[in-house]
Amino acid sequence: MIETDIAIIGAGPVGLFAIFETGLLKLRCHLVDYLPQAGGQLSEIYPKKPIYDIPGYPTVGAQELVDNLLKQAEPFKPGFTLGERIETLTKNGEKDFTLTTHLGTTIHAKVVVIAGGLGCFEPRKPEVINLDKFENGKGIAYMVLDPEKYRNKKVVLAGGGDSALDWAIFLSNVASEVTLVHRSESFRAAPHSVNTALKLAEEGKITVLLNSNLQEAFGNDHLTGVSVLNTKTNEVHTIEADNLIPLFGLSPKLGPIGNWGLNIDKNAIEVNTDDYSTNIPGIYAIGDINTYKNKLKLILCGFHEAALMAHSAYKYMNPEVKYTMKYTTVSGVSAF
Amino acid sequence: MENDIKIAVVHGSEEVNLEVPNNMGLNLMEFLKANDYEQIEGTCGGMALCASCHVRVLEVSPALDEQSDDEYAILETLPVVYDNSRLSCQIKLNTNLKSIKILIPE
Repeated sequence: MIETDIAIIGAGPVGLFAIFETGLLKLRCHLVDYLPQAGGQLSEIYPKKPIYDIPGYPTVGAQELVDNLLKQAEPFKPGFTLGERIETLTKNGEKDFTLTTHLGTTIHAKVVVIAGGLGCFEPRKPEVINLDKFENGKGIAYMVLDPEKYRNKKVVLAGGGDSALDWAIFLSNVASEVTLVHRSESFRAAPHSVNTALKLAEEGKITVLLNSNLQEAFGNDHLTGVSVLNTKTNEVHTIEADNLIPLFGLSPKLGPIGNWGLNIDKNAIEVNTDDYSTNIPGIYAIGDINTYKNKLKLILCGFHEAALMAHSAYKYMNPEVKYTMKYTTVSGVSAF
Repeated sequence: MENDIKIAVVHGSEEVNLEVPNNMGLNLMEFLKANDYEQIEGTCGGMALCASCHVRVLEVSPALDEQSDDEYAILETLPVVYDNSRLSCQIKLNTNLKSIKILIPE
């Protein structure tokens, strides 16, 4: 079990800045995010886009901002559990929460901060017969967390975007067979990736099936094959497969957060703007996931919310201590 | 009003007729979100980067501009698209548009 002062759900910019703000108060954080990397939608969706409304930066790249936030948080040695989604959140008593991820990782924390942005970025699933039968370790996964898992396996990827092509290229050196199934006649992903994939196909290192849709997944306890429909010829054929990786992008869903007894309004958590606390003492919600009168979904507002949350969380954890606000210009940043 | 764009939104079995002035600088994704269509997420804020504002254009006058390469590439990442699929964030509600009828996919 992971022990921490504050469990932060969501490793986007606001969750990352919360490490710094709580770190100044000598509180340790552990972050959990369903995405395989920190940075939230900045890293996942628009890493190369410029952001113009971060105070002090006339312009900053989204990934550059994430990298800077990670660096700023570094002195406070945050823990990360990535690629996992918090399923259950239980309040055992005051300053005593247990969180469990979908893979069974358990975190024990005194305070919980939900900085989940628009919710969990869940994979879009294609309509394929028996898809759900082989999820959860039985052959079908929607993101590649550990490429080594596919060593010497027969892998089918589906999708026409950058990630489908990039993983097909990468896994061609790992898996025994790689088949890429794509709905259209051609690819509109990054030209370099398209050229590389088509060259690998010419060399026989991967198989590319165009104008093709997945139809059905087969197997007993584990996936053994998939059927594919050619939409031009209407022919269906079967491919042997140990693993199927559909890569059709991600879509945010509130997910299990809706089941924890929090007051929710239109997929956002209602908070008290005094300190961004929720209706459950010890649980805070900051950034795009919360809602209040005049809420603006801006990163800079989330930063402000993180600072107020940090001081309130400190008081919640240390009700007997009278804390005097200190400035970093005077006190500096004391690393853990 | 002469400066209004007529927008018909089909969702499930329901069809709603709406109007919006053509000078507010909105795109269709923003308009649909403002009208509480929760299926339209607009996660990336309108940069044609996330495909969470996918709609099907049933009728439109005058015709829309061709899809940009960026829009096409992002639509390609969806499991299901149609010939009339568009990202609503890329449809500008300006003087170039008189009326549009769209379907929000389930």
